[in-house]
Amino acid sequence: MSAIIRIRDLAREYRMGSELILALRGVTLEIHRNEYVAIMGPSGSGKSTMMNVLGCLDTPTAGEYWLNGEEVSRLSDDALARVRNREIGFVFQTFNLLPRATALHNVELPLVYAGVRARERRDRAAAALERVGLAQRMDHRPNELSGGQRQRVAIARALVNQPSILLADEPTGNLDSVTSEEIMEVFAGLHAAGQTVIMVTHEPDIAARAARRIVLRDGQVESDQVNREAAA
Amino acid sequence: MPLFEAVRLALRTIRAQKLKSFFSLVGVLIGVTFLIAVVSIVQGMNRYMIDRFANTLVGANTFEVRQRPSINMGHTTHETWLAWQRRPRISYDDADFVRERVRTPATFAKFCQDRVSVHYAGKLAKDVDLIGTEDSYFRIRNYEIVSGRAFTAQEVRAALPILVIGHEVAERLLPGVDPIGKEVQIGGLPYRIIGVVAEQGTLFGLSLDKFVVMPFSAQGRRLICPINILDALIVRTDDPVQMQLALAEAEAAMRSRRQLKPGEENNFAFQTAEGALGTWEKISRILFLALPGLVAISLVVGGIVIMNIMLMAVSERTREIGIRKALGARRRDILAQFVVESATLSAAGAVMGIGFGILLAFAVKGLTPLPAAVAPWSVAVGVLLGVTVGIVAGVYPASRASRLDPIVALRAE
Repeated sequence: MSAIIRIRDLAREYRMGSELILALRGVTLEIHRNEYVAIMGPSGSGKSTMMNVLGCLDTPTAGEYWLNGEEVSRLSDDALARVRNREIGFVFQTFNLLPRATALHNVELPLVYAGVRARERRDRAAAALERVGLAQRMDHRPNELSGGQRQRVAIARALVNQPSILLADEPTGNLDSVTSEEIMEVFAGLHAAGQTVIMVTHEPDIAARAARRIVLRDGQVESDQVNREAAA
Repeated sequence: MPLFEAVRLALRTIRAQKLKSFFSLVGVLIGVTFLIAVVSIVQGMNRYMIDRFANTLVGANTFEVRQRPSINMGHTTHETWLAWQRRPRISYDDADFVRERVRTPATFAKFCQDRVSVHYAGKLAKDVDLIGTEDSYFRIRNYEIVSGRAFTAQEVRAALPILVIGHEVAERLLPGVDPIGKEVQIGGLPYRIIGVVAEQGTLFGLSLDKFVVMPFSAQGRRLICPINILDALIVRTDDPVQMQLALAEAEAAMRSRRQLKPGEENNFAFQTAEGALGTWEKISRILFLALPGLVAISLVVGGIVIMNIMLMAVSERTREIGIRKALGARRRDILAQFVVESATLSAAGAVMGIGFGILLAFAVKGLTPLPAAVAPWSVAVGVLLGVTVGIVAGVYPASRASRLDPIVALRAE
């Protein structure tokens, strides 16, 4: 099967002072290529931890995580960095662009750490910005762009190294409803073009766009359902 | 990230906050300015002292046999001075004896000197050095005769009252006139001018041309030395090695003549160019020892400033570091980024310091009699120090940056 993500009995616990927090308690699931998945859950459900583990920003304390055929749950910091660079495309709620760099430079960043040479970097970054409709704004700094434009730059950056999964954390959280709509259209377009999209959100309207909805509660999967309306 | 890229990124970051960056590198800037300026001045002085001072006063590969040292730039105790006064003076016979005993090829000249006034046609030139010596003197001192000629050995033997005068004496007493053949008076006695020496210039502002040279045997010699007594025997050789040989032979000859027992100190002295430099060398050694100390202090302060600025920068840019790590930056990428930034900052300070140092050296050269010569090695050391201080100062902040947890960092302001 084309399972791009395979998780088995994933657990993550950590110490907060004298307390032991069990953020994830045995999660098992698979996500396939070109799926559009929404991960939902209330505060404390473990969805942030889930996202961090999926994004290889964090490693589980137990269980297995197979990403694109590679077991990544016990990798070193350097190896994780490499995986993040190649396989994961992050899109954050607060955009997280470098404020003093141009849009082009921001998009180039993953390629810089991938060791791509300058000319190829420029070309690929420019192409990614074209895909999200921002070719005109290549040399603008983030403070010269609107919220929607900034998020598009972030999406272009997430795509530039052709990652296995696009991992979005409340991507419309800082946008108004009109702009949110535009951004969701962008994600829809990317999904239609073959990208695997995983979106963490607490908004049902946003989750409704995804074909599959996973709900977490207390560190475990409460429900995992195909969204018939969206899949149609 | 390749080094070239990292440097480019560093330069961009530094340029984005010009004023802050400038204040960070001020310590390094001052340290390097100091280094360049002081080295330039000391080097220039050194060269001046050796080329002009020592060789002008004593001459290259030359030594003088004297009662006591003639150039004394250090501190002599009163006792030492009195002891020197009690020594026997150098006699004509001493000089002849030494001349005979020194086998190393050399040129010898008996030498006496004192300050006199020279009269001509109602005019007076004061504070003129009257030198009584042999014909070989002009060769020893490399004096070029621009008008007339020097006196010969026969003329010395004949003790003729003739003079070869210095440029300034000619200008003062016989301006615009051909001095050759004219008669001047010194101490009431007449002398005939037979030659004029080429202009020698000045030394630390003092004229080197206020002298007249006569045969040591001439009648007026009592003005400058008692009969049969000399101020010095000048000995010139072809190279430093031969000079040392000749000096050793001369010492042996004098000790034998004075019947000194082994272990007894010399009751005479040798004056060399190196000896004249003695005190300067002490001074320059102190300067050269103090200099690294001052530069080091400046650079340590500069380094601490840079380290603090970098720690602040890491703290301010925690989010940025989190973003970079999330996108795939490894620990060493972040470490390199900040170390390079720190080193670039420091190197920029060093380069500016070199510029200021050179300006300062030239200002000193232009406004004071001190010479200055920028030493290329000091420029290289300046840059090297700049980069090194930057690297050392940046390692700790960069290491902290590299160890930030990306999840935590992303949550920062």
